[in-house]
Amino acid sequence: MQQGGNRKTEKLLLQRSVPGRVGVVLPGLDVPTQPMPDDSMLRNELALPELSEPEVVQYFTGLSLKNFSIDTHFYPLGSCTMKYNPKINDEIAFQPGFAGIHPMQPVEQSQGALELLHKLQGFLGEITGLPGISLATLAGAHGELGGMLMIRAHHLANGETGRLKVAIPDSAHGTNPASAAMAGFEVVELASDKDGNVDLDALRSVAGPDLAGVMITLPSTLGLFDTNIVEVCNIVHEAGGLVYGDGANMNALLGRVKLGDLGFDVCHLNLHKTFSTPHGGGGPGAGPVCCTEQLAPYLAAPMVTQNGDAYDLFTPEKSIGKLSGFHGNFGVLVRAYTYIRTLGNAGIKSISGNAVLSANYMMNALRGVYHLPYDRTCMHEAVFSADLQKERGSSGLEIAKRLLDYGFHAPTMYFPMIVHEALMIEPTESETKETIDAFIQALIDIDREVTEDTELVNNAPHTTPVARLDEARAARQPDLRWQPETAD
Amino acid sequence: MTATRLNTSGTNGDHFQSHYIPSTVDEQAEMLAALGIDSIDQLFADIPDEFRNPTLDLPAPLSELEIQQELGQMAGKNRPMGSGPSFLGAGAYNHFIPAIVKALITRGEFLTAYTPYQAEASQGTLQVIYEFQTLICNLYDMEVANAGMYDGATSLAEATLMACRVTKREKVALADSISPAYIDVIRTYCQSQDIVVEVVDPTNPSLDGETACLVLQYPNYFGYIEDQQKLVDAAHAQGALAVVSCDPTAMGMLQTPGHYGADIVTGDGQPLGIPASYGGPYVGLFAAKQEFIRQMPSRLSGRTVDKNGKTGYVLTLQTREQHIRRERATSNICTNEALYALASTIYLAAMGKQGMRQVAELCYHKAHYAAAQIGELPGYSLPISGSFFQEFVVQCPTSPTEINKKLMERNILGGLDVSEKVPNGMLLCVTEMNSKEDIDALVAALSEFK
Repeated sequence: MQQGGNRKTEKLLLQRSVPGRVGVVLPGLDVPTQPMPDDSMLRNELALPELSEPEVVQYFTGLSLKNFSIDTHFYPLGSCTMKYNPKINDEIAFQPGFAGIHPMQPVEQSQGALELLHKLQGFLGEITGLPGISLATLAGAHGELGGMLMIRAHHLANGETGRLKVAIPDSAHGTNPASAAMAGFEVVELASDKDGNVDLDALRSVAGPDLAGVMITLPSTLGLFDTNIVEVCNIVHEAGGLVYGDGANMNALLGRVKLGDLGFDVCHLNLHKTFSTPHGGGGPGAGPVCCTEQLAPYLAAPMVTQNGDAYDLFTPEKSIGKLSGFHGNFGVLVRAYTYIRTLGNAGIKSISGNAVLSANYMMNALRGVYHLPYDRTCMHEAVFSADLQKERGSSGLEIAKRLLDYGFHAPTMYFPMIVHEALMIEPTESETKETIDAFIQALIDIDREVTEDTELVNNAPHTTPVARLDEARAARQPDLRWQPETAD
Repeated sequence: MTATRLNTSGTNGDHFQSHYIPSTVDEQAEMLAALGIDSIDQLFADIPDEFRNPTLDLPAPLSELEIQQELGQMAGKNRPMGSGPSFLGAGAYNHFIPAIVKALITRGEFLTAYTPYQAEASQGTLQVIYEFQTLICNLYDMEVANAGMYDGATSLAEATLMACRVTKREKVALADSISPAYIDVIRTYCQSQDIVVEVVDPTNPSLDGETACLVLQYPNYFGYIEDQQKLVDAAHAQGALAVVSCDPTAMGMLQTPGHYGADIVTGDGQPLGIPASYGGPYVGLFAAKQEFIRQMPSRLSGRTVDKNGKTGYVLTLQTREQHIRRERATSNICTNEALYALASTIYLAAMGKQGMRQVAELCYHKAHYAAAQIGELPGYSLPISGSFFQEFVVQCPTSPTEINKKLMERNILGGLDVSEKVPNGMLLCVTEMNSKEDIDALVAALSEFK
């Protein structure tokens, strides 16, 4: 038997199509036929496949078997928090009372949904120490855009039209500068100091009357808790700016510290990372925005309020407006609510404790085998450099690809950009010690392979459905959809 | 075997044995010993003491059984569309979803995978995105489609920003017949970019040489079909792009935006196999002419070969995106709605050429049957003339919100009150989910409310 099934997936849907086959049988028309619009208003061709139901199921199942996923592989992708996604969360979100409700139905017919959203607002406010919450933003970067528009609106409301600069550390995720730019700001890059913290002198040099704020990821993408964070917030506030927190790495801090206590003014959370909602191969996510009471009037619409026993939607007084079609990614919010409700105080704190313990255990075991550019206690992830291996002929990319042959998903590579040959590894709290030990051993074995059989490593992966792909060709001759005339 | 004392409190200091976290006290102790420390708290020493370990006030944890009960009760306070006749649309639609969609998207291999940056380990997801791009191009008759956006509203907002980049102009014209929510979202996206947003009359849109794009909805927010050719031509006459937000279900029968020469076509993928779910998650559809590809937001999957010449798929043209281009990226979008792009792809594959045509025609005939019946009721009329697809506006004898309350007493979910646009106007939607019996019940009920 061939491993992973033997249904072929090479042919695409339209290549499989056989005229006359149907995948769905629908009810017949039970009303009298109505006059049709003029022919000129109707389309002629509709190039969709004609396939039976078993073919569709077999094709997509076959494709699924060509993926690594949390359920099938250890997935230590740094800054992505690929933790176990509880199945009960999906079951709850899919029940008809949640999945079957219309976003515009009267609030009287949506009280259960609104109650859940209102309570979730409260949970996230409690966890971050930032009580103003809008759940309407649909991903991390979307939350960043919302938060930065709020900072802009706040300064404009105070007549501070000259605050146009946003300072962002050089270790930041690319969405930070991209979101700041979409919110109309000019981006200034902040250097990191030798310990991986924000360089305070660099910050002081930009903290002037034109500074709108800073965007800080805590812990940083180096996996480090910035020991100067309170000073960072003070410098920015003294200059009249605001502090934005990128919550991508909140898994390290759950129950250990509240961003609001440290001086953050506004942040987003990635519910698809910290709060276990499945990543789905690239989404959906949810990126709620949490802020101080001072900034709450600017939050994106709608928010949920409670009046006595009844819940209702409302638009905050000075809202930046709507950022999505309806009320946010409700199905994702239901999953995050279920997760928090399952865990409670002790469980939430246990997440960060175990995530940080696992990361440090792994970092310690690999110290000396892989270079650690910032060798101090890490948070939920550790960033190594493959510099030592590169001197012997294999880059970080090649080591990452070789890990696939060992049955482990690759770490995040070449990020953050300030670390040469970066390998950013995040084990998460939901992996067993046995798995982490096996992963450590794999990295030790690969280090030995780099010396003993460089070609084996540099030609990896050898066991995946395809070998290394020609990305240059993909970019030079873009082939982005199947067309019969270019068919192969 | 020695008896183990069961810890029923579950809150023993730093140790809480959650069913989602495997490490036991003993394993934690082993790992701590390797680090030469004796408590997890020591790992958090970088957090200033005065802020470390704050009080946390979340409700007590629940078992899975209790979760099912508590959340089942909460869900029970909502009125799902499947529990009775429902005639609400206005951007989220009640359509049939084949069972295979949920069965396939909940496979862990799809559901629990990350964004396919590591191509060799993500061929399933990458090939699905390529299929999605192909089918969306074919549905809209466009040359290139991306891997999807957040929802229909954000797709359209990003399209207006893209039109400004393409034309190097800073004014956009929105037809007043597009969704009010879409107008709001476009305004939010444009507020910080010095882009002027004008709302224009689609029967006579005032455009000039400064206009970057004319933004239309097809069928429009009220369900009606505007003269697409005339409007696209009006935009092009001023050197502006024609941006069209288009209902994918209508593409089962109606002429395509590509046929009329639209430059960017967006839509909400929700009607393609995605539950209404109180507004999300959905997937934003985004297609354009090939010449604008380098200005497109979001991911693209491209077909290429591996080093052995075998066909494979990779994310491509990534220099447009935030992780490479940072503040000069075409958009800040990173995580999108890949799982629901998958759902739409499965839906389109299963429905296929014939199923999409059948669904569109069922919606069309049932909606027209309903409209004809309601239009003849005393006190009711159809104030908007012209062709429509599955939605239409009824002018009611009294407040639509009041009528909806009475309809709900009979467990009928009525249409949207659009009195702000049409006096006593109710926007009704009829799809393949509404049987003749449902429609007749609605008509009978309305006839009593005068």
